[in-house]
Amino acid sequence: MELHELNKLRWHCTRRALLELDITLGRFLDNGFNQLTEPQVKTFIDLVAMEDHDLWALISGKVDAEDPVEIEVIAAIRKH
Amino acid sequence: MSIPVHKYDVVIVGAGGSGLRAALQVAEAGLKTAVLTKVFPTRSHTVAAQGGVAAPLGNVNEDHWMWHMYDTVKGSDWLGDQDAIEFMVRKATECVVELEHYGMPFDRLDNGKIYQRPFGGHSQNFGEKPVNRSCAAADRTGHAMLHAMYQRNVRANTQFFVEWMALDLIRDDSGAVIGVTALDMETGEVSIFHAKAVIFATGGAGRIYASSTNAFINTGDGLGMAVRAGIPLEDMEFWQFHPTGVAGAGVLITEGVRGEGGILRNADGERFMERYAPNLKDLASRDIVSRAMATEIKEGRGCGINKDYVLLDITHLPPETIMKRLPGIREIAIEFAGVDPIQTPIPVVPTCHYQMGGIPTNYRGEVVVPQNGNPSTPVTGFYAAGECACASVHGANRLGTNSLLDLLVFGKSAGESVVEAIKNGLPLRPLPDNAAAPSLARVKRIDTQENGESMFDVRAAMQRIMQLNAGVFRFGDDMKQGVKEILEVAERVKKVGIKDKSMVFNTARVEALELENLIEVAKATMISAENRKESRGAHVRDDAPDTPEHPNGRDDPNWLKHTLWFGSDNHIEYKPVNLIPLTAPSVELKTRTY
Ligand SMILES: Cc1cc2nc3c(=O)[nH]c(=O)nc-3n(C[C@H](O)[C@H](O)[C@H](O)COP(=O)(O)OP(=O)(O)OC[C@H]3O[C@@H](n4cnc5c(N)ncnc54)[C@H](O)[C@@H]3O)c2cc1C
Repeated sequence: MELHELNKLRWHCTRRALLELDITLGRFLDNGFNQLTEPQVKTFIDLVAMEDHDLWALISGKVDAEDPVEIEVIAAIRKH
Repeated sequence: MSIPVHKYDVVIVGAGGSGLRAALQVAEAGLKTAVLTKVFPTRSHTVAAQGGVAAPLGNVNEDHWMWHMYDTVKGSDWLGDQDAIEFMVRKATECVVELEHYGMPFDRLDNGKIYQRPFGGHSQNFGEKPVNRSCAAADRTGHAMLHAMYQRNVRANTQFFVEWMALDLIRDDSGAVIGVTALDMETGEVSIFHAKAVIFATGGAGRIYASSTNAFINTGDGLGMAVRAGIPLEDMEFWQFHPTGVAGAGVLITEGVRGEGGILRNADGERFMERYAPNLKDLASRDIVSRAMATEIKEGRGCGINKDYVLLDITHLPPETIMKRLPGIREIAIEFAGVDPIQTPIPVVPTCHYQMGGIPTNYRGEVVVPQNGNPSTPVTGFYAAGECACASVHGANRLGTNSLLDLLVFGKSAGESVVEAIKNGLPLRPLPDNAAAPSLARVKRIDTQENGESMFDVRAAMQRIMQLNAGVFRFGDDMKQGVKEILEVAERVKKVGIKDKSMVFNTARVEALELENLIEVAKATMISAENRKESRGAHVRDDAPDTPEHPNGRDDPNWLKHTLWFGSDNHIEYKPVNLIPLTAPSVELKTRTY
């Protein structure tokens, strides 16, 4: 990923409506993100585009993800 | 160098609840309207609001705007202006019904009317018993509100500039506000937005504290811009705190945890609330619990290396109870405190939640400043609404659900005032030469700073000073020390540098610019807090205790007045509180007890 793309992704991860997401996504970007495979990166970008309450429901386990790659990425986010 | 200039009738900075409501009012009146926002509108912090919006609809039990007014004045500890409060509560029903027509999916009663739930501090018949006054859309009230208003704005042709950060106000020689400068994050370029009127709706600044429930976006940009343009800030000593935010992270742990038997402990493992509130213990009211926690930390009985938090212990509760009765809490503790609360207590601290002060306005949403002996002279072309503004309806303490109402009423009111002013001939005044020079200089300074300080270090230092010295319970010596230290940090802010000098989406540059706004708010808060020698509402001083002469430490003869802090030289002026409502009888001064 180019620097400007990564910077843009960082903005989208850490300027959320919910503090829970600012912290979780920012931490993941610093720690786990560079271990994602290409399809996982794509899925992560899709997740980041979601509405805040829906994304937090997935990450906090209130709602289960269905897509297999999504399940992997959510698990990775939760680990960090 | 020539700077692009965009011309509009009205420029609104902020696309949260207040910005979208204001935009709707001006765009539907046919004015050419631009809204600038750091994030996509429905990522604004208003989305986090779940509790609801207050309005005396009386759908569940009898209600009256006068009762709502009484509750709001009392909640404000009589620092709220009663003309603005009457205006807000009398417009509440109209604004909520409008929102319903915009398509807001409010929860409903069987008879089809909007369902209302009770909320702390809202009462029937002047404090007699609780009333159901809060209108909600499940637990997504703020989210639903923004969606409804965003759609409506798109229809009204409001033009959104998403991921544009406003940098500075532009004023002409007469002092009129005629636009803003803004940074397009996508290109890194600075432009001018030239307009007949500017409305600020930039939200709060809760990130001045180390522990805050506010999302990272709440950096007080509107306040910083106002201060740099010579506008004072009002009542910045008043911040509402929530007792149990996760230490370090700030994420809220609901009151319900103590309701289910959670116990607060200090470093010695002592259940310290037994000393402060022998009867109610951990279930005492928010302010009492917060103050007890602050005292334990202050007296060296806090936990951790820095002894700066206490523990919320639920390890004695059966795991089934935790899972069943407190859903989400275990996940929050694991995620943000790194502890499983079934085995290990959760580190918590009193956490900053809401900013009562802000840019001084009247109930028409006009920004007002002292001039020629009038403490509230409108600044031509400048308007503000929402958490960044101080109308003042929340005074020294806000009631829950009243701030979403504030967004609707004063967003609309600011919009109406702008429409009226333009109809009456408010012109597009000529831009002065070099209108963007101060902003360009700030950006250049950050880009070219040699041996710059790290933004992260300086911001963390500021947040720690604010948390320690201007927290929920305030000590005279600490505040004096805090003023000294925050002024030192302000000098460091001027030397912050960045390594990444790229143009496209340079978030380091943006964060350095945000810090220049945060520090203005931090100075305003610290200095205003040190200066106010009484206790009132959310400003509670150890050296202004509850006595028969001054119940709750409040000192009306000397301190029933608004603070105005001026950033140019840190001096303070005062303006009177308006105790005269528009039509209703005044809510007489009384001791605030619940
Ligand atoms: C966790 C939480 C729960 C809450 N629950 C409730 C509740 O139930 N009921 C209630 O009444 N209140 C509640 N509040 C308070 C309430 O949500 C806020 O006071 C309110 O949403 C603020 O709205 P706003 O329109 O002023 O600003 P925001 O919604 O914060 O919007 C600010 C806007 O300004 C933009 N902006 C800021 N700076 C710039 C800049 N430099 N350039 C361009 N754009 C900029 C942002 O992009 C954003 O669009 C809650 C607060 C929190 C933290």
